Amino acid sequence: MAQIILENLSHSYLPNPSKDEDWALKPMTLTWEDGGAYALLGSSGCGKSTLLNIISGLLRPSRGRVLFGDRDMTGLSTMERNIAQVFQFPVVYDTMSVRDNLAFPLRNRGLPQDQVAARVAEVAEMIGMRDMLDRRARGLTADAKQKISLGRGMVRQDVNAILFDEPLTVIDPHMKWELRTQLKDLHRRFGHTMIYVTHDQTEALTFADQVVVMYDGRVVQAGTPQALFDAPEHTFVGYFIGSPGMNLMDARIEGATAHIEGVQLPLAHGYGALEGKTQLGIRPEFLRLGTGQEGLPYTIRRIEDVGHHRIVRGHVGKADVNVIVPEGQPIPADANRVLPDPVHAHVYLDDWRVAPSNLERAA
Amino acid sequence: MEKPVNNRAWFLVLPVLLLVAFSAILPLMTVVNYSVQDTFGGNQFFWAGLDWFEEVIHSDRIRAALGRQVLFSAIILAIEIPLGIFVALNMPKKGIWASFCLVLMALPLLIPWNVVGTIWQVFGRVDIGLLGYTLRKLGISYNYVNNAMDAWITVIVMDVWHWTSLVALLCYAGLQSIPDAYYQAAKIDQASRWKVFRYIELPKMQGVLLIAVLLRFMDSFMIYTEPFVVTGGGPGNATTFLSIDLVKMAVGQFDLGPAAAFSLIYFLVILLISFVFYTVMTRQKEGE
Repeated sequence: MAQIILENLSHSYLPNPSKDEDWALKPMTLTWEDGGAYALLGSSGCGKSTLLNIISGLLRPSRGRVLFGDRDMTGLSTMERNIAQVFQFPVVYDTMSVRDNLAFPLRNRGLPQDQVAARVAEVAEMIGMRDMLDRRARGLTADAKQKISLGRGMVRQDVNAILFDEPLTVIDPHMKWELRTQLKDLHRRFGHTMIYVTHDQTEALTFADQVVVMYDGRVVQAGTPQALFDAPEHTFVGYFIGSPGMNLMDARIEGATAHIEGVQLPLAHGYGALEGKTQLGIRPEFLRLGTGQEGLPYTIRRIEDVGHHRIVRGHVGKADVNVIVPEGQPIPADANRVLPDPVHAHVYLDDWRVAPSNLERAA
Repeated sequence: MEKPVNNRAWFLVLPVLLLVAFSAILPLMTVVNYSVQDTFGGNQFFWAGLDWFEEVIHSDRIRAALGRQVLFSAIILAIEIPLGIFVALNMPKKGIWASFCLVLMALPLLIPWNVVGTIWQVFGRVDIGLLGYTLRKLGISYNYVNNAMDAWITVIVMDVWHWTSLVALLCYAGLQSIPDAYYQAAKIDQASRWKVFRYIELPKMQGVLLIAVLLRFMDSFMIYTEPFVVTGGGPGNATTFLSIDLVKMAVGQFDLGPAAAFSLIYFLVILLISFVFYTVMTRQKEGE
């Protein structure tokens, strides 16, 4: 086992990529620490699976290198990399029994029979299929087949990493939770590097210590779930993490003041001169409803009660703005303003977060 | 969903039944009619009971033809099925070369059967045929006209040339339907090429293989045109297969009664063997 380093990696499925959009993966350099539990998050078609296939060696990157520790693996096959991968849709060997399915990767590596048997029993226990070992894999439900696929991914102990490509899509919700716990447990016990692709943020946040968010072939941010929540580096991260996502309002930024809909809002930090599309981003958790003249003019469209809090949907000018109101706090009937908490407001220039400039720190 | 039950719906099948009656059942019944009677000129018929069937079953000549026929079909299947699978596995999966291969493979299937026979008849001739002449110049003694072995080899090679494409195309279609994820998973599981074939490709091809085996068995068991054109059943009776023998009997000797009995037995044999193939292969598919 070793850390996995992607160096100046990029990939295109076209033979002669020229335009920016020809690239499925835009140039990136990324390190996956040994033994880390990572979630790779992003919407469909953003290059998550491509990235995974490059790491496992199913795909050869157009440019850049893949390193395991200091060993260059770019040109090496999947077999030489010794990586396990579980795919979105179940792949089982129809003619084999469940037992043989689970034993398949071990036997292919020539493990002695008794070790195979022990390991298969252990994995069967983990995926809850111990009494089905002698059944033939053909004719099992999609659920069961996917559990077998998962089992095959976890059965080898000497792998460099285990990659999961949205493995729980076809599994029913209760089992999903169960299996996710199992995966987490497996990670704690054996310390494999695990990369878990998903577009479900709850799944990502519960599984991973580190979340890598991809957007349009690019890694836009990698960090702890907390960091992603507190300071999204890209508007996509703000929108994707959190429920509902971050509010974005077009704003003109002058020093430590934001101008939105003709209202001047003080910011916690000062910013230099910004050229391009500037937006103020603030999470619904850090907005407060108000009445009177203070804050931004706000129109409420509807209120959703989701149990432990309420989500107020509405808009400021043309921008949709959501506000989270904690349980027990009243929503004034004549609420027509929102008041942002300046400490948690971020400024975005062309979708990327702008670091405040220290020189113009607000008084 | 509640489905209405109405037995009058059976009337809807009536047109098909009529059509099949005229195209298949009635002609078959005339054969049955001939098989139990002795027929003379001027449409005179005399009841013969099962005499013709007994005669056919005990005929050494027909038994010999049946033996040759079984041997021929066995050899054809043993060559064409594995060869077809091998070709399909090695065909390009996509792109211009895939289309090129498909067209190339389809060509022998598009040639009329008697033309195939003529091609090989000329091809194998020792005086002017490319194959026969070349072999003779190389010092290999080859003459399908008077050597039984050479005649067999010619007929078998011809059939392999003609029909392996069918098996290959069917298998190719079966292989194309395997999702990429299966191959990827096999790579991740570090399966060898043989194991990929054994546990992924072969199981997925089972359905089309059943069709291929059945088609090739039936066609080869009924083969007539090509060997008739190339060897005419000779030398001697060396390549006289069942249908050639049948035609000789029915149209050559005009023994309508025995020929009709022969046809019916022939038909039942094909039906029986196809049924056996079908049962064995589908049972295997379903597993335990």
